[in-house]
Amino acid sequence: MADGPDQSPALLEFLLRMGDNTLILGHRVSEWCGKAPVLEEDIALANIALDLIGQTRMWLGLAAEVQGEILGEVQGDRKSADDLAFLRDAWQFRNVLLCEIPNGDFGQTLMRQFLFDAWHDCQLRQLAGSADDRVAAIAAKAAKEVTYHLDRSSGTVIGLGDGSPESHARMQTALDHLYPYVGELFLSDPVDDALSAAGIAPDPGALRPAYDATLTRVLGEATLVIPQASRARGGGRDGRMHTEHLGHLLTSMQWLQRAYPGATW
Amino acid sequence: MTAEWPLWEIFIRGQHGMSHRHMGSLHAPDAETAIRNARDVYTRRNEGVSIWVVEAAAITASSPSAKGPMFDPSESKVYRHPSFYDIPDDVGAM
Repeated sequence: MADGPDQSPALLEFLLRMGDNTLILGHRVSEWCGKAPVLEEDIALANIALDLIGQTRMWLGLAAEVQGEILGEVQGDRKSADDLAFLRDAWQFRNVLLCEIPNGDFGQTLMRQFLFDAWHDCQLRQLAGSADDRVAAIAAKAAKEVTYHLDRSSGTVIGLGDGSPESHARMQTALDHLYPYVGELFLSDPVDDALSAAGIAPDPGALRPAYDATLTRVLGEATLVIPQASRARGGGRDGRMHTEHLGHLLTSMQWLQRAYPGATW
Repeated sequence: MTAEWPLWEIFIRGQHGMSHRHMGSLHAPDAETAIRNARDVYTRRNEGVSIWVVEAAAITASSPSAKGPMFDPSESKVYRHPSFYDIPDDVGAM
């Protein structure tokens, strides 16, 4: 990106948003490991968590690189993806609130996964054509995994939504609980404006029609009712106001590096 | 709900041109989910290019107690193996 204004600060913010989404959601999903209702789901959820953590390594790895370039640090002084994951505090995280909402029951976890996957899939497809080759390469690799995530979470949401009266009621409750957090995925600020102008990332709002089409199709088949849109609950992607749940998640995720700095094994 | 999910037998083809092989079994509510579960349980280390699933109840199996009469008689019939022919080298692998 030699020509045009320097997009590095906006790019860094964007990479943190992508990487923190997958990191925090990946950690949440990993909390099911060994505890899912059936063995098959346990393995599937662990696979999805690992996919998301793998994507985090790529996004935060690039974020660390861009941050190093901005700060003019020499190679040895630069932060790593691990530093960004384990040594930042809650207010420095840029994930959307949807990713940090606690798992709840199995149905709520899968509903959250579906609501995120449907956005993630649209976003990565667009990013695969990014003007920044590094972003495009990560997106192309992640998109294959996420297409499967969406297939799986859609299938489960339909199965449980259009299932027994008990599972239907739980899925509707989960949708009502989580839907207010969906709007944040489509909010935009000067960071998004700069990146969409440079062709690096899509304008978030432009993804909404495709997203809504997926929701209408899948939730309709699941016999669930999409709640009335309320004002988007934001504050995660800009770090302004995370929920109280993020701090607890970080306590569990980061404690080892905090207690034993630099520990490896 | 007390109903258990049915059991599915999983067959996976490892490489193009080779046949599907039985890998194991798992539970799933329907065939599509069985394929997804098989993908997650049996192909996570890049083992497969194709998956077949079949409900275990749809398989008719020979009875273990009939093993003697079913299989023992063929033990002593070596002449059934095509190992008494000279195959010309030009034929290559059979």
